Amino acid sequence: MSPLDLLVATPLGFMLAALAFGGQGRWLILVASPLMMSLAVWLVFLPPDAAHVVGGWDLPLGILLRGDGVARVFVLGAALCAALVGLQALYEFSPQSGGPSARNRGFWPLFYLMWAGANAGFLTTDLFNLYVALEMVSLAGVGLSALGSLQAALRYFLFALMGSLAYLLGVALLFANYGTVDITLLARTAEADAATLMALAVMTGGLLVKSALFPLHGWLPPAHAAAPAPASALLSAIVVKLGFVILMRLWFEAFATLAAPIAVGLLGALGAAAVIYGSIQAMRQRQLKALVAYSTVAQVGYLFVAFPLVAAAPSAAWSGMTLHAVAHMLAKAAMFLAAGLMLKAAPGRDIADLVGLARVMPVTVTAFALAAISLMGLPPSGGFAAKFMLLDAALDQGAYIYAAVLLGGGLMAAVYLFRPIAVAFSGAHGRAVALKAPLAAVAPLALAMCAIALGFFGVAFAELAAIGAPWAQGDAIGGVP
Amino acid sequence: MSAAFDILLCLMILATAGIALFVRGAFAAIAFFIAFGNLLGLAWLALGAVNVALAEIAVGAGVTGVALILACSRLFELGDNLADVRTPLASRLGSAALCLGFTVMLAGVVLTIPPGDRLSKVVAPLLPGLGIENPVTGVLLAFRGYDTLLETFVLLGALVAAWSLTPDASRRLPPTTMVMTDPTSRIVAEAFTRLLAPAALIIAAYLVWVGSDLPGGAFQAGAVLAGALVVATLGGVVVLPRLDSLAARIALMVGPLTFLAIGLAGAALGGRFLAYPDGLEKTLIVTIEYALAISIAAGLALLAIGPPQPMPNNARADAR
Repeated sequence: MSPLDLLVATPLGFMLAALAFGGQGRWLILVASPLMMSLAVWLVFLPPDAAHVVGGWDLPLGILLRGDGVARVFVLGAALCAALVGLQALYEFSPQSGGPSARNRGFWPLFYLMWAGANAGFLTTDLFNLYVALEMVSLAGVGLSALGSLQAALRYFLFALMGSLAYLLGVALLFANYGTVDITLLARTAEADAATLMALAVMTGGLLVKSALFPLHGWLPPAHAAAPAPASALLSAIVVKLGFVILMRLWFEAFATLAAPIAVGLLGALGAAAVIYGSIQAMRQRQLKALVAYSTVAQVGYLFVAFPLVAAAPSAAWSGMTLHAVAHMLAKAAMFLAAGLMLKAAPGRDIADLVGLARVMPVTVTAFALAAISLMGLPPSGGFAAKFMLLDAALDQGAYIYAAVLLGGGLMAAVYLFRPIAVAFSGAHGRAVALKAPLAAVAPLALAMCAIALGFFGVAFAELAAIGAPWAQGDAIGGVP
Repeated sequence: MSAAFDILLCLMILATAGIALFVRGAFAAIAFFIAFGNLLGLAWLALGAVNVALAEIAVGAGVTGVALILACSRLFELGDNLADVRTPLASRLGSAALCLGFTVMLAGVVLTIPPGDRLSKVVAPLLPGLGIENPVTGVLLAFRGYDTLLETFVLLGALVAAWSLTPDASRRLPPTTMVMTDPTSRIVAEAFTRLLAPAALIIAAYLVWVGSDLPGGAFQAGAVLAGALVVATLGGVVVLPRLDSLAARIALMVGPLTFLAIGLAGAALGGRFLAYPDGLEKTLIVTIEYALAISIAAGLALLAIGPPQPMPNNARADAR
């Protein structure tokens, strides 16, 4: 038994159990959360070269599972998010909280399916297996967002389907060309022929849709804003990250030697545009959840701003990029959960309706504020440590435009995130009514505190994320010595 | 197959695809889409890919066609006249040009790929160890059984997602709105079911069994059974259960559960996750395939028919 298998098999087992137990299936999360957390921690402490093929079938035919640094940090981050979001959902989807019961039951199997799919995707090195993982996560994501708004979910579904098909086309081209779809083998044999370049182009296009990089983000704000809070938290924290991790694997491992500076620069430019566009849109939103959703569009931008920085000097920017992704996972999950609770207590969905909320639900508003600190990149927080590393790499390389985007984006995040917090702390006589579930604020607070605490473990995180990193095994990425 | 047949088949595929795209009226478009799927299946057959042909005809044309027809009639019921959807000529021409350009580019790229089948050399020597002869089954259930395991959970998830959209009011109803209301057509469907159902059952059982050595397997068998279930439901012979009924849940879960349990047992017995113990490979593969066929049949039939809809008053009286 190895956590590489169990991290996928266990949530699948829980999915079946949740279906079997029906209405009582929601209590399974009390077992699933600690179990999955221990498996994730076990993964972190595996020997550095932990990897094996499924069922003993060797490459190029079989599927290789590998616990490299990226897999370790993302599996652990996803486990923290899913475990705590799941505990929150226990409250959110309880029969007492109202809402249609089919909806309450549908959440749990889809939740476990998403967890299994995310872990499968983080742990595999097989591009077709990654397609299956993408399908698991996307389908669960569409199902979860449909619990909020059918229209937004349908739109998300069409976008996700296009992304999947484009990705699958690329996988088919690569398979025909090389007779394998394993990333570690492709890294050794890939050449810059027409089929490979086209495959990389269509796969990247498809995955950019999945990770909602501007200008392919159109599906994200309506779907994330309309879904129930735990679903929004999972969508922003986990779903968009899987597409990003696959892009990392493609550009920095499988095709690292082919990645042209122009193409990487284009991704960086799109990322910068996403930071600016997402931030401006977030400032213009009147509704709280729409603001948080547009903040995801901006935060995804940073991940791609890091692309050219990593391509030029991987050892410096790699940890900044991964740390930013994990810190955003935790902070955004915390923020969506907190926002969900705040909207339950507030008389409306607008930011203006939050008046006086800090007095009524101080813990929840604190969780929101702590998550905001990490998203803005203020010290001490995971978001700050990540931005600091990226800024350092950018200044080192003389990439002053990216440095300016990193700083400006933080400033704009401060502007749009300060607004709801200021409103919540203002006014003594708001119309907010306290919730009768004080424990519900525990999950967002714990997630936000994890996001902050990540800032103190920046060095340890960087060491963990560097395990088995492609650039650590020889030449720098992109052939740059 | 002769060149004349191939050319004729290609022309017919292009023609049915073109008509499905340009014909006015949603039902006609669906009819041509189904014909297109069947012809495409024939094309796969002509290329020697029998497994793909079976899957294309059963799922691509069959189950998808049924789902499209049902969605279409549901939209008509709700008063959506699908013929009214008109996109401006400019955007239609634009997207046609875009698709054409992409297709030409893709074709150009595909032609640069050297022909050749690198993997069959790798697969062939491994098959005797499994005791099976169909390389596709070997890939699906052994060498890349992990992909297949995950896919069976995707199918289950799709069903859960579709059913969680059911309004609470109709959730307690079985999906019986499917029964034909016109008495004559109902009798025809009922009589047809009595002929079809036993044959479908035997064909499905045979497809799974033969799948070890010849084209066939759980997915094709499941699709055949699902087709029979849909027809039986139309004729009112079978009443599909509610999703929260025990029978439905067992049918849906038996496949993924068996697969997962055998996979974990492999690991617990000292091997690897999804590794079959020596000597038991074929037995376990066939066991998994029968269980999967049941779940795939139930899943596809329930997906095709969709969640129960609130019944109009006259239909409710009719279905008692």
